[in-house]
Amino acid sequence: MTAGTGLSRLEGREKVMGAARYAYEHPVEDALYVWPVAATVGSGTVVEVDAAAALADPAVVTVLDHTNAPRLRPAQIADQLVLQSPAVAWRGQIVAGVVATTPEAAREGAEQVVVRYAERPHHVVLDPADPALELPGELFGGQPGSFAKGDVDAGLAAADVVLDRVYTTPAQHHNPMETVATTAWWSGERLVVHDSNQGPWIAAVGFGQLWDIPPEQVEVVTEHVGGGFGAKVRPTPGAVLATMAARVTGRPCKLMLTRQHMFTMSPGRSATRSRFRLGARRDGTLTAVDHDALQYSSPIHEFVEQTGLATRTMYATDNLRIIHRLARLNLPTPRVMRAPGHTPGMFALESAMDELAYALDLDPLALRLANEPAVDPASGEPFAGRHLVDCLTVGADRFGWAARDPTPGVRRHGRWLFGTGLAASVYPAYQRVATATARAEPDGSFSVSVGAVDIGTGARTALWQLATDLLGSPVEIHIGRSSYGNAPVAGGSSGTASWGGAVRNACTALRERLAGHGGAVPADGLEVTAESTPLPPGRSRHSFGAHFCAVRVDADTGQVRVDRLLGVFAHGRPLNARTAHSQLIGGMVMGVSMALHEQTVVDPRLGMFVNHDLAQYHVATNADIHGLEAHSLERPDDDITLVGGKGIGELGIVGAAAAVANAVHHATGVRVRDLPITLERLRGG
Amino acid sequence: MSDQPHGEVVLRVNGADQVLAVDNRVTLLDALREHLRLTGTKKGCDHGQCGACTVLLDGERANSCLLFAVAVDGRTVTTVEGLADGDELHPLQRAFIAHDAFQCGYCTPGQLCSAIGMLAEAAAPQDLDDAEISERMSGNLCRCGAYLGIVAAVREVAGG
Repeated sequence: MTAGTGLSRLEGREKVMGAARYAYEHPVEDALYVWPVAATVGSGTVVEVDAAAALADPAVVTVLDHTNAPRLRPAQIADQLVLQSPAVAWRGQIVAGVVATTPEAAREGAEQVVVRYAERPHHVVLDPADPALELPGELFGGQPGSFAKGDVDAGLAAADVVLDRVYTTPAQHHNPMETVATTAWWSGERLVVHDSNQGPWIAAVGFGQLWDIPPEQVEVVTEHVGGGFGAKVRPTPGAVLATMAARVTGRPCKLMLTRQHMFTMSPGRSATRSRFRLGARRDGTLTAVDHDALQYSSPIHEFVEQTGLATRTMYATDNLRIIHRLARLNLPTPRVMRAPGHTPGMFALESAMDELAYALDLDPLALRLANEPAVDPASGEPFAGRHLVDCLTVGADRFGWAARDPTPGVRRHGRWLFGTGLAASVYPAYQRVATATARAEPDGSFSVSVGAVDIGTGARTALWQLATDLLGSPVEIHIGRSSYGNAPVAGGSSGTASWGGAVRNACTALRERLAGHGGAVPADGLEVTAESTPLPPGRSRHSFGAHFCAVRVDADTGQVRVDRLLGVFAHGRPLNARTAHSQLIGGMVMGVSMALHEQTVVDPRLGMFVNHDLAQYHVATNADIHGLEAHSLERPDDDITLVGGKGIGELGIVGAAAAVANAVHHATGVRVRDLPITLERLRGG
Repeated sequence: MSDQPHGEVVLRVNGADQVLAVDNRVTLLDALREHLRLTGTKKGCDHGQCGACTVLLDGERANSCLLFAVAVDGRTVTTVEGLADGDELHPLQRAFIAHDAFQCGYCTPGQLCSAIGMLAEAAAPQDLDDAEISERMSGNLCRCGAYLGIVAAVREVAGG
């Protein structure tokens, strides 16, 4: 039995030796290099692409633009329709691509391409008074854009205390350490792509749609991926450009986006603005919850961040209203980033609950316990394991919450002000359709293949453990190829549950087939392909958690240091306790980073993200992180997927920023409602 | 081949002399990855901001993306591929696995080279506490957030 134990990663040795191969590193002969050219206006039309200077270098093979690029089939995601029209929807969009025999020549060629535009005024400011705001019918995950239960206005009128506050989160970027990278070539009408993505099958479907060929005619290989966090869920424009260059030149083409490109040629997280109105009676009972959430998408594709989704699930109230509004801005189409919707939405809700606790003179923990719902507040469905109260109370014990004096701004030692805060976490549990094949050989060996991908989650190891346990001997595990069949992305914290469900079904069926053969394997082997299925409707299924944070704030400079962040999570049984723990801690690290550092700044005059590199888009460094602890509560009713358990990858980030902000308020008395918590926001308060 | 200025350089990489004729614009990082096919050294930002490309240059840690290959003629380069002794992993490589000091693994080669260089810089590596190790390793970003494991692995090897 290996499942549940902390087996170290199967590919660990390859990774520490530098032998693990990422997409750009697949050896190919006679390769060409592709460099994108970015639009230098925020909105407009390309009038002319003058490639003469670039083409004067004999190392430059061709320059692609909207006039000579191969035609693609219209895709659902307009961002992928690279060089299909002269329209420019945001600064930094791909308007040309230079293909050359060396990366240096391609890069210099891209600098030499002269693009002329008919420029239009751009619109890049997220403004609640924008007259063009839309009320989208659906969020990106398909849930309704608006929800109402009871009478929120009456609930607010009946409240003893009403809190009305606005919380904002800025645009953020995933910044996986490996940028988008692709090595692509055509073999006749067959497309081969070594690609950095979060799901080779979904990538094959995407490339197939664009090139009007079935996904089976596309072989996407995704052996190792240097992080994703949502940035690589669908084929990105850069990857599409590489396949176009390969088509035109007939040679293998390699593309790796620069860090700067990653801010406009791959997606980020939408900025959000949440107005919360909470009504409560003196005893803390919520009489109304009203969440009005504003986010943006680009002019060419509708993506609606599900900022209010967590609000449906968290707290009991008879009167609940959630509205999503959408602005269309000349900024790159945002998409999912670690815990989409829940991360910004729970910063807002969990900050608002902390403020409400102070307004009611209640302990923030007691306020949450007072509003624990018996069933899902929005759907009325029973919970399939809701252990938020356990997470809160166990966390409070471990952290020493009971000794807390709630008075803000009074714990000063030297220059440092000390404070503590808490916040809850939640993330939905999914299991999606996936296909896996289990095979027995006459020599007694087994192999299992599934179109999974390990972006650092530990999926390869967890799936190997699962299959090895089911088949009773060590298997060969094959992942990271689209030819292994339909499989979902590593996203929504559902990858391991979905791929694992298929692996479990395939291995179980193979075992039965073997038993039917009296245990003997025929000369040509035995093979079974099986699927996993979505979880049936009728239950509200989520992982839960609670963060407890201790900070110190420099009274003179406003510098914030997180001294401790303790998380307690209920996600059921993990397949691998070690990698599950690393996932939870990794989410918490990104939460601290979000609280204190991360923001992509929009310049309204130039219509662009100004801080498009790692010197200016700050992420948590080693020195920012210490005192983190993640504890898992295993509760049998959380074991709802075919492999047991619920999702883990996103649970650690949700609520973490609110716990930091609440602790900063406790330390200083300053309530920062706009992330990140910068020095000027603290000092200005 | 374009008519760009070229230079011939000799690099001693992981113990072997490599003679390269390279375009003067080629960085040490791209010389390793594209010309010598030593792809263990990673490109994360190409601007010296993330540390993924860290190698040991004459034993000291350096961002290989900030050096032109023609500017390091005759120097000794150790990459992640040169850390193990044959099949025997370097103690720090073993410690990284034991402490789960990586997830996606893309920053790992740079973290390893940086940590080996950092321990050589310290007068008394065994005296480094966690905060000091964190500070000295903060030029190497890890977006997966494996910092706690990295510090634990480095401390174990430092002997503190």
